[in-house]
Amino acid sequence: MSRLSWFNTVSLTLGFAFLYIPMIILIIFSFNESKLVTVWAGFSTKWYGAVVQNEAFLDAAWVTVRVAVVSSTLATILGTAAAYVLVRGGRFFGRTLFSGMIYAPLVMPEVITGLSLLLLFIGIGLDRGIVTIVLAHTTFSMCFVSVVVSSRLVTFDQSLEEAALDLGCSPAQAFRLVTLPIIAPAVISGWLLAFTLSLDDLVIASFTSGPSATTLPIKIFSAVRLGVSPEINALSTIMIAVVTVGVITASLVTKRAMVRQKQDELAAAKTE
Amino acid sequence: MRRAFLIAVPYVWLLALFLVPFFIVLKISLSDTELAIPPYTPTLDLSQGWAGIKDFFSQLDFENFVWLTEDDLYWKAYLSSVQIAVISTVLTLLVGYPIAYGMARAPVEWRPTLMMLVILPFWTSFLIRVYAWMGILSNEGYLNQFLLWTGIISTPLTILNTNTAVYIGIVYTYLPFMILPIYSSLERMDESLIEAAEDLGCSRLQAFWLVTIPLSRPGIIAGCFLVMIPVIGEFVIPSLLGGSGTLMIGKVLWEEFFSNRDWPVASAVAVVLLLILVVPIVLFQRNQQKQAEAEK
Repeated sequence: MSRLSWFNTVSLTLGFAFLYIPMIILIIFSFNESKLVTVWAGFSTKWYGAVVQNEAFLDAAWVTVRVAVVSSTLATILGTAAAYVLVRGGRFFGRTLFSGMIYAPLVMPEVITGLSLLLLFIGIGLDRGIVTIVLAHTTFSMCFVSVVVSSRLVTFDQSLEEAALDLGCSPAQAFRLVTLPIIAPAVISGWLLAFTLSLDDLVIASFTSGPSATTLPIKIFSAVRLGVSPEINALSTIMIAVVTVGVITASLVTKRAMVRQKQDELAAAKTE
Repeated sequence: MRRAFLIAVPYVWLLALFLVPFFIVLKISLSDTELAIPPYTPTLDLSQGWAGIKDFFSQLDFENFVWLTEDDLYWKAYLSSVQIAVISTVLTLLVGYPIAYGMARAPVEWRPTLMMLVILPFWTSFLIRVYAWMGILSNEGYLNQFLLWTGIISTPLTILNTNTAVYIGIVYTYLPFMILPIYSSLERMDESLIEAAEDLGCSRLQAFWLVTIPLSRPGIIAGCFLVMIPVIGEFVIPSLLGGSGTLMIGKVLWEEFFSNRDWPVASAVAVVLLLILVVPIVLFQRNQQKQAEAEK
């Protein structure tokens, strides 16, 4: 079937309208002159000025970005190691427990993860702040990284690694020279996933943050509880723009990398 | 040596920051509330040796769990969480299936773009997506303005701060989780099966019901679990879109902890929530395994 039937056209149009109209309304009304969010009173960018001058937002944004960078990097290292161990590690003591601990956080309600980590931090006397948020975010996002990376590891040809070992590579060299370049796109998307999970998280951060560190979602949540405000609309629009640019860039980059990998494989097949 | 190190680091990390915290929750759920820092008793005092440990265990009891059964707030909250999760999962399926179907039948060159359009909202902040609906559903909101303008209604509808708003919010934010697994099972389907069914005398609707739906069942099941499991413990949506009548257990746990500062009861709520989730999680795991084996 090359053409869409009317039914499919209607369902796709309505579906995507449902997904995107709320965002579009939010963006349009961030340029509203009036403080009354629901009444249009003319075009203005003053709310963007207000966001940029709001120190509380800026401080929180800076904390959020630092937490996201550190926790997603740690999560990528730990998650990739965990995926490698699960897919290539063979049998070892407590493997079932290990894979259970990788999958359980994916479906764990955030309120439970947050509560349990907070009780741990209090139990060992760790002051709540940036460090505790980083530890919490690393823990749950490493599991997501591990799932993404292991799905790539499962599909790739293990004989490539064996060939490298036969040709005299040490296991570490084989990983660095053969495995890592092949799974790189999955590792990068794992990092991006961990990064956005951390940027986005409200519940776990609320439990594990202290008075010294407030993240942007915590700030937005406490502002939003009081109702809709044009300043929050402007802030949301900035965040949507950043994410959209990021996702589109990332998908173009990985697409190009995959095309190049395909070409390399084809070229290699021809020279054989 | 290297291998042991590679295994040990993530293993120890998860033991320390995932498993141990659980046992702490379990322990505190068996403790008593106390006006002190930390606000529960007993605390484990290892300096007294064996006597201290024995003393510690003898003071643990199930009082908080008894309390959960006696105050019907908790019962109602658990039941209504499950109910809201089931209803909103069905609604998400009804909204998501036609979209996934349309995507799978779209021209091949459109599909990556359509996929991207489904995934993009998933990358944008959950909080912002829920917030966007507050402006739409409020009494002076855009939906009411639109309906009043068209003359369909003459007085504004109250939607925000009701369960209806919660359903809309859940369907909206969890839609990608439903669409993607269904799309992936529909996309793999061999279209000639439909043609065969029609040749053999099925009407289009019959072919859809007898061939397409059964073949997309793994996707439907996966999508339903992916929506239902996290929704049961949802906190953000009921607290922003729901009203005082919206009882959900995630919200109760949050309030028990942050407003009432009753850590033992909050921990007991968490333990019971986990017990409720074990059944769907195990079923989901089994479904995924079966599917993985079928693909081999």
